[in-house]
Amino acid sequence: MSKPIELRPDETFVVNVGPQHPATHGVLRVKMRMDGEYIVEAETVIGYIHRMHEKMGELKTYPQFLMNLSRMDYLGAMGYCHGHVLCVEKAAGIEVPERAEYIRVIMVELNRIASHLFWFGAFVMDLGGFSPLMYALQDREYILDMMESVTGSRLTYCYFRFGGLYNDIDDEFIAAARRFIPRMRKSMAKYEKLVTGNVIFRKRLEGNAFLSKEVCRKYGASSAVARGSGINFDVRKNEPYSVYPEFNFDIPVFHECDSLARYNVRMAEIEQSLRIVEQALDKLPDGPIMPAKAPKIIKPNAGDYYQAVETARGSFGVRLVSDGGKTPYRLKLRSPTYSNMHLFDETCTGMMIMDALAFMGSLDLVIPEIDR
Amino acid sequence: MGAYFSEIFQGLWSLFVGLGITFKEFFKPVVTMPYPYETIEMPARYRGHVELIEDEEGKPKCIVCMACQRACPSDCITLDGEKPEGSKKKVLTSYQLDFTRCSLCGSCVEACNFDALTFSKEYNLASTRKEDFYFDLLKRLEDRNS
Repeated sequence: MSKPIELRPDETFVVNVGPQHPATHGVLRVKMRMDGEYIVEAETVIGYIHRMHEKMGELKTYPQFLMNLSRMDYLGAMGYCHGHVLCVEKAAGIEVPERAEYIRVIMVELNRIASHLFWFGAFVMDLGGFSPLMYALQDREYILDMMESVTGSRLTYCYFRFGGLYNDIDDEFIAAARRFIPRMRKSMAKYEKLVTGNVIFRKRLEGNAFLSKEVCRKYGASSAVARGSGINFDVRKNEPYSVYPEFNFDIPVFHECDSLARYNVRMAEIEQSLRIVEQALDKLPDGPIMPAKAPKIIKPNAGDYYQAVETARGSFGVRLVSDGGKTPYRLKLRSPTYSNMHLFDETCTGMMIMDALAFMGSLDLVIPEIDR
Repeated sequence: MGAYFSEIFQGLWSLFVGLGITFKEFFKPVVTMPYPYETIEMPARYRGHVELIEDEEGKPKCIVCMACQRACPSDCITLDGEKPEGSKKKVLTSYQLDFTRCSLCGSCVEACNFDALTFSKEYNLASTRKEDFYFDLLKRLEDRNS
């Protein structure tokens, strides 16, 4: 008979969370060296869903690569397409009609709400509450239905074009969006009561995973991760692009640096996005959605171009190096989640595994977007 | 001691608030659909796989200009045509769509200058065989007409 295993008092063991694990929301793997329930050391392993988007960008022509962007982040695809089209338009000197830019902003903001709603549901489910997910998905469904009626698909939109849009929005969409805004505000009050005000939820997140400003800066964090730590940075305000300067909206910033602060930032952002959509619908100008002389073949002048946008997950950047040909010489996609995720290794040392998973949820990771 | 009881009370209160909201939702109308017994109609702009459009005589409008094939980012379109004797225009003889590689971006429909391609409304396309996704669009058009 074999002898029972005897553990030394300082013995540690390794737990592999993922690549297929419900808490990692995708194919992220975290190698955790554990001392009982406490994490001694953690290492995130990525690359399980690497699809060579940057290389594809170099091989395909500009219009052919356009639909790849919405495959990066399946929850907030519009923002990524926006960054790419803005960068190529800047490089090729294409003028965008005002109406098209307004519709782009409406779509991006609605998509941001949809993305935050999904995160909200999944995050609360990570912590053990199931019914908020169902309510959040129901609200998200209204947005997806609206999007589908205009763009033709529910997640991977491929709606923006260089110079404008694929097709125009109709009165039905505008009416649906106007109906959606008060409905969403009502739902937000419900979430406030059901989740934000819940004592168990608050106790779980208050003081969980303290992220200092320095750590956020060191890793280049953006979105709610940085704004929950008191860094007032939002590309829409700091480096304004598109028609954002014409809208009146605030950037929610919280200084508590814990998971609850990150949660609060995203919930407040939903309200701000609703405000932007409301104003954009009021101000929506008439006119064409594509420029009169939209070039068929895109050939930007040789040069180095960069465009950053604020997506649901943070500051997304496209760097385009063109040699004047039909395909880019180099296309670098700066993914916000990649920076946000790398905080995890350092911060979760010494935490209990359940707290670390709550922390991971508060980072809002979308793995295909990290791996690209 | 007072803090201890107030915490218990707060916890219970949170629980009842939550239960109250779920109870109210219980009486709201059903939003889900018992698929596959009921299905929803796809919106007019829904992007399914591509389909050929016919002219008044029931022949495909396609003139084999190859614009769709060039626009496709994934090389999933293969088409061929020939010039019948005494005619100036090319006539489509085969149009193969490899749906296994298609990502439904719609570049082909946009590239078509002759209004010869459209999106179908089909979405129930599950199969266990790869061969089921190699579509012969010309044959589909003939089947539709017969």
